[in-house]
Amino acid sequence: MPTALTDEFTDELDELDVGWTETTASNVGAVLAEQTDPPVIGAPSAHVSLDSTPVDVELDPSLEDLRAARTGVTDATLGIAPYGSVVLRTDREPTTEAASLFVDRHVVLLGADDVRPDVTAALRDLAPAFRSERASAIVATGPSATADMGALVRGAHGPETVHVVLLTDR
Amino acid sequence: MSTDTPGSDASGLDRAEKAARIRRLLETEGEAIGENTRGFNQGRYDAVAELDDYETYKREAREIKEESIERLPELLDRLRDRVEANGGTVYLADDAADATQYVTEVVADADASTVAKSKSMTSEEIEVNDAITATGREVIETDLGEWVLQLAEETPSHIVAPAIHKSRDAIAELFAERFDPDDPPETATELTRFARERLGERIEAADVGMTGANFITADSGTLALVTSEGNARKTVAATDTQIAVAGVEKVIPTIEDLQPFVELIGRSGTGQDLTSYLSLLTPPVSYPSLDATDPSRPVTADGTDREFHLVLVDNGRLEMREDEQLKETLYCIRCSACSNTCANFQSVGGHAFGGETYSGGIATGWEAGVEGLDTAAEFNDLCTGCSRCVEACPVGIDIPWINTAVRDRINREGESGSVDWLVDGLTPDAETPGLSLRKRFFGNFGTAAAIGSATAPVSNWVAGSRPAGWAMDRWLGIASERELPTFERESFREWFDRRGGAGVPASSASREAVLYPDVYTNYIDVDRGRAAVRALEAFDVHLRVPPVGGSGRAPLSQGMIETAGERARAVREALSPHLDAGRDVVVIEPSDVAMFRGEYDRLLADDNPVATASYELFEYLYGLASDRAASEALRAPESTGVAELAYHSHCQQRTLGLESYTVSLLERLGYDVETSTVECCGMAGSFGYKTEYYELSVDVGDRLGDQFAADGMADRRVVASGTSCLDQLESLLDRTPSHPVEVVAPTPE
Repeated sequence: MPTALTDEFTDELDELDVGWTETTASNVGAVLAEQTDPPVIGAPSAHVSLDSTPVDVELDPSLEDLRAARTGVTDATLGIAPYGSVVLRTDREPTTEAASLFVDRHVVLLGADDVRPDVTAALRDLAPAFRSERASAIVATGPSATADMGALVRGAHGPETVHVVLLTDR
Repeated sequence: MSTDTPGSDASGLDRAEKAARIRRLLETEGEAIGENTRGFNQGRYDAVAELDDYETYKREAREIKEESIERLPELLDRLRDRVEANGGTVYLADDAADATQYVTEVVADADASTVAKSKSMTSEEIEVNDAITATGREVIETDLGEWVLQLAEETPSHIVAPAIHKSRDAIAELFAERFDPDDPPETATELTRFARERLGERIEAADVGMTGANFITADSGTLALVTSEGNARKTVAATDTQIAVAGVEKVIPTIEDLQPFVELIGRSGTGQDLTSYLSLLTPPVSYPSLDATDPSRPVTADGTDREFHLVLVDNGRLEMREDEQLKETLYCIRCSACSNTCANFQSVGGHAFGGETYSGGIATGWEAGVEGLDTAAEFNDLCTGCSRCVEACPVGIDIPWINTAVRDRINREGESGSVDWLVDGLTPDAETPGLSLRKRFFGNFGTAAAIGSATAPVSNWVAGSRPAGWAMDRWLGIASERELPTFERESFREWFDRRGGAGVPASSASREAVLYPDVYTNYIDVDRGRAAVRALEAFDVHLRVPPVGGSGRAPLSQGMIETAGERARAVREALSPHLDAGRDVVVIEPSDVAMFRGEYDRLLADDNPVATASYELFEYLYGLASDRAASEALRAPESTGVAELAYHSHCQQRTLGLESYTVSLLERLGYDVETSTVECCGMAGSFGYKTEYYELSVDVGDRLGDQFAADGMADRRVVASGTSCLDQLESLLDRTPSHPVEVVAPTPE
């Protein structure tokens, strides 16, 4: 169910030119089929089994796979509504960092319940894991970008486009 | 060494060289720097305006930094324990040589042929690239801007966007020359793709990844890296040995403490709400590194046996922590707001306004602390004390004060000179004999003005003569292009006494006030003083114009803190009976209001009763005027025949939030007011008079001049509150500008 919080979040995604789809976990396969360009790499999701979608997702990629990959699919553990940011816990699955970084397009799976109202709330959620589990995370806001070449360019070292799949039943 | 000018101020020859250097930068880099920094600066205004809790976050950020620096030894111990418990190593390096030696050893132990490096100012400070290269290994800068500079063998011109002085065309040319590609990239997108491909290969093949850190949390051993491109992520992901180089001041207590910084740093710097990537890494990170030797193997097969070395650099910082004047520098989060908002920086960038590593307003503190006074002295003059950076700084550092304190130290380092007799009597100050003649002259301008007024018009003829112009340039370093102010034969105070003092008797007055006779109003622009009297008396204010000396602004701007302190104490004493009697103090010159409310807290050791009693003239008039009374007391457009005004508020007036009183009151009277949007007029007291800075001052001023010459502004009457601004506008425009009170004050009887 869309809430005021997820509305704020998706409004911010619009501002960032980040695409988004609201769906349920059972329909993720169809959304991925639409939103991914092959070859696709990824990290196992806590929400859905990426092995059982119509899209062929390489979950244990080699460096060659990274070089060839167009799309990466990973979970985000949190969203931050006022910024349209997603939090990627890179310490949970070994390929989350690679699949969200060495690709042209990053497709993010995020539970609607995991959208937080502000940075304070997100950090509060994350802090215990940082202190006790040696957690690492990337707070990603829009695609990678640079202004170093004379104009703003999306897609610097990281992805050029980002798409968020917001799981309304999660 | 030239001996004609004592002190560390430039000699005539040095001045000519400095002027030539500034001229070259204005020509070659000024355009790109200006466009980019003004874009960032506007971005900051827009981005912070959208943040409801901006001021709260600034306060919180400041408090966290104050606490962190206070508790630094303890936090460093906790951090070391955490990082070691996490499986990493901490090395506290005393200085640059110590740090680079450690880094080169780690790189050698890893048997690395290539080190991939993401952007880090601290690594530039310790010149780690040179040290690694000297051991026969290669360092590859992976930030696109830094890579461009590495290829071009140039240094950063900006602390956040290091290559902003280079245009797209210049980068395209550089790539074409260096790589001779079949299909040379031209557009920004093509250039980025080209760089990404080349750097991608190099990062994959690198053995050691080096990063900096924006913040480090002691509770978890986490590095926070604020980035946009993703190169820092790749640098860490690809390599199995990570070295992080950071100043000791980067440590903060907890993960939760990151919040205000995260929300402020991008907004303050380039106007981004959040940058693309905030990496929160608790190294050694657990994900697999990339092994380019067998690219077909799953990356997870490489395991996660990673090394992590945190190199914490002291290099003068722990001494800065004990230094009351430099300590605040350690709160700096290196967002670049003070560079982008600075009118001088917008013209010349960090290649002029910077030292060995750091650039912009805060660079004086950093360079004085980590390199020494000599380096800071090279560019410290470029801070004019306009104070626009103070409100821009997300941790509220009083950057102009640091610049002043360092200037004072530089002055005192000077050797005793031989021409002091020239200024004896003209310059009754408390400074060391080594102070330069020019600083003495500007610092004691009040004394010179008093003599100039007493001997006018002869003094004006002499000052305006050709030989005097030559002598001014030669001996004082005052640009011969500038017209010196013309002294009035009858001072403002003399006029006030001659007319019989107050026009409104105390018995029938609404309020009693002292009108502060600042040096310029008293000796040079007496008209604005007369107009202020008429305006105030129209509201039935009983006025006094007692003999109160200069505020100390002039000596302070030359770094003469002792002298400024003497002036401040004298002003306090002269005003004290009036303050005791409950009289208000009305001040025409905005830089003096800023002095009374700001620097006096420091100069008078917090015993500053002047602050709460003093008002800027229009702030006071605004308070006196109700809707009805304003138009009865003051002249509306129907009476003046002028309806449209172009108003330039003074820089320090804007920092105090006092611009709105003038604009509101003028609008209430029925004027149509357009305001300038430049940060500063470029004159900044004595700055624009100095030979070597004249062209820079004009370049800055031209931006104001252009605004006031644009469509919709060109036919407006120009008004400005500050003396310097009026001088600068007068030289830039065909129209004669005036203080706004001269427009609205009742006509003389």
